[in-house]
Amino acid sequence: MTTEAIMDQNLDLSEDPATSEAPPQVDNLDALESEAIHIFREVAGEFDRPVILFSGGKDSTVLLHLALKAFRPAPVPFPLLHVDTGHNFEEVLRFRDELVSRHDLRLVVARVQDWIDDGRLTERPDGTRNPLQTQPLLEAIEQNRFDAVFGGGRRDEERARAKERVFSLRDSFGQWDPRRQRPELWNLYNGKHRAGEHMRVFPLSNWTELDVWRYIQREKIELASLYYAHRREVFERDGMWLTSGPWGGPREGEEVVEKTVRYRTVGDGSCTGAVESEAYTVDDVIAEVAASHLTERGATRADDRMSEAAMEDRKREGYF
Amino acid sequence: MTDDTETLTRFAPDSGTEVALPVHTDLLRLATAGSVDDGKSTLVGRLLHDTKSVLADQLDAVHRASADRGLSTPDLSLLVDGLRAEREQGITIDVAYRYFATAKRTFVLADTPGHVQYTRNTVTGASTAQLAVLLVDARKGVLEQTRRHAAVLALLGVPRLVLAVNKIDMVDFDESVHAGIAAEFTEHARALGYADEHVVTVPVSALHGDNVVERSERTPWYTGPSLLEHLETVPVAPDPHDVPFRMPVQYVIRPRTTEYPDYRGYAGQVAAGVVSEGDEVVVLPAGIRSRVAKVDTPDGQVPSAAAGRSVTVLLEDDVDVARGDVIVAAENQPRVTDEFDATLCWLAEKPLTPRARLLVKHGTRTVQAMATELTTRFDEQELSGVDSPEQLELNEIGRVRLRTSESLPVDEYADSRRTGSFIVLDPSDGSTLAAGLVGVPLAPLAASVNH
Ligand SMILES: Nc1nc2c(ncn2[C@@H]2O[C@H](COP(=O)(O)OP(=O)(O)OP(=O)(O)O)[C@@H](O)[C@H]2O)c(=O)[nH]1
Ligand SMILES: [Mg+2]
Repeated sequence: MTTEAIMDQNLDLSEDPATSEAPPQVDNLDALESEAIHIFREVAGEFDRPVILFSGGKDSTVLLHLALKAFRPAPVPFPLLHVDTGHNFEEVLRFRDELVSRHDLRLVVARVQDWIDDGRLTERPDGTRNPLQTQPLLEAIEQNRFDAVFGGGRRDEERARAKERVFSLRDSFGQWDPRRQRPELWNLYNGKHRAGEHMRVFPLSNWTELDVWRYIQREKIELASLYYAHRREVFERDGMWLTSGPWGGPREGEEVVEKTVRYRTVGDGSCTGAVESEAYTVDDVIAEVAASHLTERGATRADDRMSEAAMEDRKREGYF
Repeated sequence: MTDDTETLTRFAPDSGTEVALPVHTDLLRLATAGSVDDGKSTLVGRLLHDTKSVLADQLDAVHRASADRGLSTPDLSLLVDGLRAEREQGITIDVAYRYFATAKRTFVLADTPGHVQYTRNTVTGASTAQLAVLLVDARKGVLEQTRRHAAVLALLGVPRLVLAVNKIDMVDFDESVHAGIAAEFTEHARALGYADEHVVTVPVSALHGDNVVERSERTPWYTGPSLLEHLETVPVAPDPHDVPFRMPVQYVIRPRTTEYPDYRGYAGQVAAGVVSEGDEVVVLPAGIRSRVAKVDTPDGQVPSAAAGRSVTVLLEDDVDVARGDVIVAAENQPRVTDEFDATLCWLAEKPLTPRARLLVKHGTRTVQAMATELTTRFDEQELSGVDSPEQLELNEIGRVRLRTSESLPVDEYADSRRTGSFIVLDPSDGSTLAAGLVGVPLAPLAASVNH
């Protein structure tokens, strides 16, 4: 080849793309959906025993919706795994079970309560069980020999999550080492892992909270009812509206009041707060999220407020 | 609080005001690049802050963390440097992805590290970028690492560059400093294959906000747009689209249910071109011909689907297709070969030596491979080629001859990013060793091997 011919091949950088005919651009939600489906299918093609983390919350409901779409008209080729803190909202558990039976799925439940009952874990002084989920999760992964674990984590949730790969390798202790992440190039995901290691996979990595809600709206995805405004008895602690449940109730001096609230995230009931809201429909929620000046975790999760690196520390240990 | 902190007013939208939902089809993916400490993360923090994309609790956390560190002004880089080690050392280690929108456009922003040790993470952030903002410290000018990043960006085919001459406040907003750096860099970029009109230079102060979102009065000699104005209006360059339909098969969907007893669909994401019902296609590497009976999607059948869309293709004939195969347009097929020239960007501590055993993942197929010959190493400082290097070391770019255990259907990277790219893996531990590009999509490297 002549130099010119070779240079010619490289003209892409200098050719004006605006003048050449471009393929039609797809809508942002379409692109995010296609990317998530691509990720689900890669895992189905490369791993032997994948599982979807599923709590019945909004992100995992969207995750399941995408998994159903990725393999349609065949069923989802993975089971679900719920790490049950024992501090659940009744309606979320009911919703979880209903989805499982509607789609004829298999659900594996790992119970934090079992670990507390037999002394392998001790209740924390603050009564919060989110940090206690890590060990039951890792044991369930090991016992079921799951080699890929789908999570609903998004990069926009938190600064440490913003750093995580779509395919995130965990060592045989389930740990994440943020300093040794593999390069992740183009959309070529590297699923190789050694015996004992497993992969955490995040199909919603590039979604924002608003994208998730717009997608719920577009796809008419049904959610657990507490994501929408409802009347509830709540009490204030650390600037959050908490509710009574199996995890306990108000302490002395904490007054119970009835308010119209909704939840932006759903986790351990002892540390997940409700926000005052009049958002009764998905359209209302979208308007509210767009106008909010707090992140969903900042607004409603005591566990993330603990320290500058609370999330990173939990992730390093093997948390979601 | 000092005067400076007061300028960082918190974002507190009046409740009750109409909110324009930032919903666009117009999306720009961009990455930062440039040497360590040139101000990339501060610039990203400033961009997020000044476009009111930072929520109050995030900003509070930055105010608190800055105060804890004894700083009198908030350090906006803490908005993106999210790892403990990053905050302790004051450097970026891994890519942070941030999403924000203005009234004009939605942005996916990858803030990458400048430190040479973490170049692999910079490559990660840049591999999907449509534009890169390359920063230079006005006091230091174009550095070795600036040139290394520029070479990586050119190699990956990032179509547009912005050279941000940062810390312009530290050189008294001096026009000649800016002009000198701009001239030197533009010439360098030209040698890498960038047309002048695709490289835009903006003098900025990430720390104080000059020319980031608003044009600054302190650079009256600069008449161009602010960085954000440019990012909002620059034409979004599509990926190269010189090849017709390509789709690597990810998974075979066979429900075998009473409702769908005979359904057999090939699931994948359209990697290039458009697929339509009735199209004549070929399944590679086997070379079997067939016709598209149906293009299925999770929302039902469609007449056709374009690049980027995840679909399920059903063929008219009962042919044997499995994961790893590529379905392509019959009229213009990729080369099917087990030996080809490629350019590698080596990302591992362990150097590449000739004849080392490797794995190559191309599309959805992973095969054994070997670099039978290291033809040329690219000197990204001098933009020249070094013939027959003994090995390719961490962060080095080189042209190699690759042999694979099975034939692969490959396009040139310059024609198709998706079907012209691959990753190189270590068969012993599965780690990712290199970014691979079919052909030699880097002008000065191609020229240097032309003999
Ligand atoms: N005076 C001045 N200082 C700046 C400016 N931009 C950044 N800095 C300072 O430069 C230092 C490095 O900034 P960073 O944003 O962390 O640099 P970086 O390019 O992200 O560094 P790496 O990610 O580690 O490569 C910090 O102390 C910033 O406050 C500027 O425009 N003017
Ligand atoms: Mg940085």
